[in-house]
Amino acid sequence: MMDQALQHLVNGTVLGGTYALLGIGLTLIFGVMRVVNFTHGELYAFGAYMVYALVSLLGLNFYLSLVLATLLGVALGALVELVLLRPLRHADIDSVMLVMIGAALVLQNTEMWVWGGVAKMVPTPFVGTPLVVGPVSVLPLRLFVFAVAVALLVGFWLLLDRTRIGTAMRATFQDPQTASLMGVRVGLVHTMTFALGSGLAAAAGALLGPVFVVSPTMGDLVGLKAFAIVILGGLGNLPGAAIGGFALGYVEEFGAGYLSTEYRDAFGFLLIILVLAIRPQGLVAARERIG
Amino acid sequence: MRYFLPWAFLALLAAVPILLPDPYTLSVLASAGIFIIGAISLNLLLGYTGQLSLGHAAFFGLGAYASALTTLGFDIGIGFGQRITLAPQPVWFGFLAGIVVPALFGWLLGRLAFRVRGAYFVIITICFAQVLRLLTLNWVELTQGPMALSGIPALSLWWPGLDAPIALFRKDQIYWLVLAVAAVAFLLVRQVVRSRIGRALVALRENETLARSVGIRVTHYLVIATVISAGIAGAAGSLFAHSVRIVDPDVFLFIYTVTMVIMVVTGGKGTLWGPVVGGLLFGPLPDLLRGSAPPEAQWIAYGVAMILIVMFLPRGIVPAVASLWPRRAAAKPAAVAVEAEG
Repeated sequence: MMDQALQHLVNGTVLGGTYALLGIGLTLIFGVMRVVNFTHGELYAFGAYMVYALVSLLGLNFYLSLVLATLLGVALGALVELVLLRPLRHADIDSVMLVMIGAALVLQNTEMWVWGGVAKMVPTPFVGTPLVVGPVSVLPLRLFVFAVAVALLVGFWLLLDRTRIGTAMRATFQDPQTASLMGVRVGLVHTMTFALGSGLAAAAGALLGPVFVVSPTMGDLVGLKAFAIVILGGLGNLPGAAIGGFALGYVEEFGAGYLSTEYRDAFGFLLIILVLAIRPQGLVAARERIG
Repeated sequence: MRYFLPWAFLALLAAVPILLPDPYTLSVLASAGIFIIGAISLNLLLGYTGQLSLGHAAFFGLGAYASALTTLGFDIGIGFGQRITLAPQPVWFGFLAGIVVPALFGWLLGRLAFRVRGAYFVIITICFAQVLRLLTLNWVELTQGPMALSGIPALSLWWPGLDAPIALFRKDQIYWLVLAVAAVAFLLVRQVVRSRIGRALVALRENETLARSVGIRVTHYLVIATVISAGIAGAAGSLFAHSVRIVDPDVFLFIYTVTMVIMVVTGGKGTLWGPVVGGLLFGPLPDLLRGSAPPEAQWIAYGVAMILIVMFLPRGIVPAVASLWPRRAAAKPAAVAVEAEG
């Protein structure tokens, strides 16, 4: 009984690392740009497909492919921002949401068109036998994914905390007008924020694609889960998104373990509805405008 | 002239099966009509309350499932050795269930979701539809899960004095029934919008704080609008179930909500004719593209259309056309304002 709980805890932590990555990208974009990014799940799928293409079709090194897929995600994010979001910077939040839904439709179906509906497997250099430590076993690939996710989270925190562009992002986050008056180029910050957030989503996809399978609709559920994570922590709350990511990982793992495997994916959504009904500002956020 | 135009339009639509008695065309138009009913109901929320509800497929799907299950009957365990059993009911009864069940869920969702606004509201509505999809996918005993509910009885009509209901198998009969329901939905939404409820909704769309301060019970009216909207969407779902005669959990997919949203936004949200115009444009599109392009092309076209409309024609086609009519605008400024704003 205890052993089983420990195993779920480990699985939840490993899953939570990539969820945190997804959530942080989404919440950063909302916080800085006030954009509800419906393309986030599609960027995740894009990252996974790029790893597949680079490893399986071009025969590149696995680790190099992860880096390249993330960079391609950054580039695609920058493109989406420049073409779609820049002209709409002064539009209301609902119009931007509609445009992002349109963009997500285009991205997802282009993926379907290019790659076909059959799920793809990505070969990895890791062995398929799990590492066993006491009562707990974990696949080496999952351990690697978790390590990279944590490294990216720490790197991202350093970027926000220690660099000039990070300071500019935080300033825009707090007050775009004042930041602009202080000489922050808000347009540039928006492009970088969206590119960076998209890059994090693509990285999450590139990491999880080889763990599961790569399919065109993989972005759908993940995009919604990213919203779940962000809502748990409060929209625009960065530490909240990290906590929300791990919380969702645990809820899914323990829910699947003790309640029902079939409803695994439903737990997250039920959790959001519950959180919004009881504590609409999110679990972590102290006070925030929700109107 | 303005008074007779809608009736002439309705008469024209009613004459389609006589002028064009092609079963394929009629079935395409009937399925477009079902989505137009959905769009009309969505417009009440999206257009008149200004709440971007992206879980609308939930009400549509609930209507489809409620209606199908009522007419097929079911026998499920609810734990503790207890069972709920329902013998198959007539189709008109299923149709009523297809309105009442989504309306109840609309009340529940409204009570829950209108505690929040903006992005939070949008996400809660999306999650609502997702939970229902996963529920129908996994509750195999009730819904057959991914195997789908099949053998759903065809639509039928019955009125007092008639011995047995008339089953509607022919495409023209289904078309007329869909048209009739659409006309009722249109008139119902028009009545709501022109009533005290509609004025309250527009007031809170324009300025919620102000609406609250003059004593409008915001949540109360939002919930009423959601219940009405959910009921109409459920009716569309019921029509869908009994004309396609098979329902699977995919009716809850986000893509169906998006289809209705595109119809409303393209036609013009917050206008009575917007969903009809948008629906006539986009409703037949899937069938027109079916032979010549892969299914992805349709969704890509939808996505591009959505982006272009929001960017270049943000208020939609109907207000844009209305503003091309300066003579009428000059003669009757109040009437035009009412039509454009609601």
